[in-house]
Amino acid sequence: MATETKQTSEPDGVLRLGGPGLAAEPTGDIHEIETDHLEVSMGPQHPSTHGVLRLKVKLDGEWVTEVQPEIGYLHRGVEKIAENRTYFQFLTITDRLDYVAAMACNAAYAVAVEKLAGLTVPPRAELCRVIVQELDRIASHLVSVGTYGLDLGATSPFIYAFRDRETILDLLEMVCGARLTYSYIRVGGVARDLPEGEWRTRFRQFLDEFPPMLDEQDTLLSENEIFLLRTRGVGVLPPEVAVNYGTSGPVLRGSGVAYDVRRSKPYGLYPQLDFNVVTRPTGDCLARYQVRVEEMRQSVKILRQCDQLLDEIPPGEVLAKGARGVKPAAGEAYASVESPRGEMGVYLISDGSNKPYRLKWRSPSFVNLSVLSAIGRGWKVADLVAIIGSIDPVFGDVDR
Amino acid sequence: MTEWILFVVLSVIAIGSAVMMLVGRNPVHCALWLVLTFFCVAGFFLTLGAPFLAAVQIIVYTGAIMILFLFVVMLVNPEREGEPAVPASHRRAGLTLAAVLLVVMVGAITTRSGLGAIPTEPGGVTLRQVGTALLTEWMLPFELTSVLLLVAMIGAIVLARRRIE
Amino acid sequence: MEYVVMAAKAVVVFALVSGSMPFIVWAERKVMADAQARIGPNRVGPFGILQSFADALKLIFKEDVVPTGIDKRIFYLAPILSIIPALITFAVVPYGGPDLKLFGYPVGYVADLKDVGILYVFAVTTLGVYGIVLAGWASNNKYSLMGALRSSAQMISYEILLGLSIMGVVIGSGSLSLVEIVQAQATPYFGVIPGIWLFAQPLGFLIFLIASLAEANRVPFDLPEAESELVAGFHTEYSSFKFAMFFMAEYINLLTLSGVITTLFLGGWLGPGVDRFPILGVLYFSVKTVALVYFFIWLRATLPRLRYDQLMRFAWKVMLPAALINIFITAYWVAR
Repeated sequence: MATETKQTSEPDGVLRLGGPGLAAEPTGDIHEIETDHLEVSMGPQHPSTHGVLRLKVKLDGEWVTEVQPEIGYLHRGVEKIAENRTYFQFLTITDRLDYVAAMACNAAYAVAVEKLAGLTVPPRAELCRVIVQELDRIASHLVSVGTYGLDLGATSPFIYAFRDRETILDLLEMVCGARLTYSYIRVGGVARDLPEGEWRTRFRQFLDEFPPMLDEQDTLLSENEIFLLRTRGVGVLPPEVAVNYGTSGPVLRGSGVAYDVRRSKPYGLYPQLDFNVVTRPTGDCLARYQVRVEEMRQSVKILRQCDQLLDEIPPGEVLAKGARGVKPAAGEAYASVESPRGEMGVYLISDGSNKPYRLKWRSPSFVNLSVLSAIGRGWKVADLVAIIGSIDPVFGDVDR
Repeated sequence: MTEWILFVVLSVIAIGSAVMMLVGRNPVHCALWLVLTFFCVAGFFLTLGAPFLAAVQIIVYTGAIMILFLFVVMLVNPEREGEPAVPASHRRAGLTLAAVLLVVMVGAITTRSGLGAIPTEPGGVTLRQVGTALLTEWMLPFELTSVLLLVAMIGAIVLARRRIE
Repeated sequence: MEYVVMAAKAVVVFALVSGSMPFIVWAERKVMADAQARIGPNRVGPFGILQSFADALKLIFKEDVVPTGIDKRIFYLAPILSIIPALITFAVVPYGGPDLKLFGYPVGYVADLKDVGILYVFAVTTLGVYGIVLAGWASNNKYSLMGALRSSAQMISYEILLGLSIMGVVIGSGSLSLVEIVQAQATPYFGVIPGIWLFAQPLGFLIFLIASLAEANRVPFDLPEAESELVAGFHTEYSSFKFAMFFMAEYINLLTLSGVITTLFLGGWLGPGVDRFPILGVLYFSVKTVALVYFFIWLRATLPRLRYDQLMRFAWKVMLPAALINIFITAYWVAR
């Protein structure tokens, strides 16, 4: 059975993970035909490594016997840049981390600085934050799910996903003027209130139109026999391994662990909102795909509640007083948000000046990617592509 | 007359490429020369009025067997394997065998009926004739050949099979 | 004179087949765009119909990159070996009946090879593998080599299926000649249903259709050039006109296979009124072929790609037994 996952204990007690191909090791006894292992460098210029990931892959025929991610091709020293900019200035750099979901990056940084400096965010700003973050989560998952189809050779879902993402980008552009690097969520609040009038109409229209479109697009993949053959039982990540590696987001929830920062370490307006933490028990590529699709439905649910709250919470201040020149007292703080890819955390140390003494970015893509060498072995090359796609790393975020 | 010209041209190409196949150093080039030889053989069948055999020659030999040859040759790294050292005794034995074979073949062709005596019917050999011959007169050899191929295939699988649970 | 007519027909068919290739590419882009809520090419010429010509021009003027450390002769030979079989297959496909005459000469097909017919098609398509295999090997690139290996295994497996799946048609028609196979489909079943082999040989048709997809390296069997795994597979290192030749070969193969399926299973040139006006046969043949091309494009817009082992397992464990059963049933039915 190709869907079987091997988890064997070596004599030294090391847990070995990976696919059915692990049995390909020679077993002695019979005369061996000597074969070469092919070493392939997948990336950094490769169509399916989602950016500049380079994988050192050792192949035995089509079987992957070893896979080693090589990262750093997009390293820009963001954490060092933070030390030379004021707390308020650094925000624009965070856009360039997870550029597929820049709102989450903005939010992670803002939440951390607010915790460090003890700023209180006005309620209207909290509402704006939830709305843009959830819109951005849908946009990001659409990219992930769409390109996942592309990785497996299905071209149409990709275009459908980008069509719907376009609507969201239009909405976000109306909010902040940018389509990718938003810098909308600021330290202490948001840049400006959400626009009224046309924006509101289009927002509501999107909430009505998106779910059927998502169903249509999902049908193309999750009801396609070939797609199921390619993803079901492939790249299984057992829950304890997922936890040990520190994964988060859909990768972790696809393995059945109900950990979502929005629920487990609540921030902002999320405690007041009703949504489910989506999990799937199987831990395979299909589970991670399904979690993303279902999360988009949950985001729509959240956005519907926000739509009502927009009428309940009156417009007003959206930026806390003194946020611009914020000068936290010496100390340290860690805060995190649930980005589309998992727990995005920021650890800050302040020496009392207006610039961070040290910033550490816990990027979910980086942590999630680390399981690849564990679960990528023993599968076929084609499965490796499916597994990378299901982990969904964004390289701005991995390399920082 | 046309047939004679075709025959001569095809023969020259066939022998020429067979020689190139033998003296060539690069195994892939050798395989390609062999493909060309097979094409000429198919051409011979055509001039003899046996288009079915010509088509089968191309499908089986160039289409399937030579592709598998290439498949294997491509997987072997010629630079690292190097030329296997052939002992002088093997060379001598090989040359002797080849000489004996040549004598036997030339003898068989000249003493029995001669080159020009290969029967070509005016309408060529029809598919019906081939089929009837294979399934009546030559039934046993035909079946034996397929059993032989089956045995070879099973043997190859057993030898190559190394993933034993 | 006969040879002159033959040569003239060959030139015309060759020109039409290779000339239709840019339009197939354009059609593919338009149909895909329609399926994906896009517009597709619409700038060059009316409805963007000249887009392919613009692309071809662009490709020709691109720098022809030849990597170092390759086997140059084979590297140059491979695209040629890939396009020649694609072009010459159409020689035996009858696009009009034997009644279609021009100045007293039959012009419904280039050649009707009595005892070979469909075997010629197979002989020529098997040669197409050489282009791919040699391209993959000569490029001295691991991805190319893997693409070549995949494709040779895939194409050999599916060639067997191509051959086996039409045995029913051949047994039923009692001939290998494509013209006679079409003529055998002229008598309607029960006097009303068109006598095409599609209805008598549905299983054979299905297997042949799937195997042709694999043979033409189309989705969901486009593994040799699976861009998400093997970059561009066997033609990764090819650029400029050499790449264009692979590209052309692929689309001409698509057209040829559609033509062959039309001939074998859909009644070729047959259609209402073709006895009185033989020229209608060309129209019927074209319409059926184009419909099949459309079907292939439609599949591409819909399906993901199979994995290599799934593809091979499908060929040997599902399709091969099905094809054999089909032969047994047909043989029994004919011998009855």
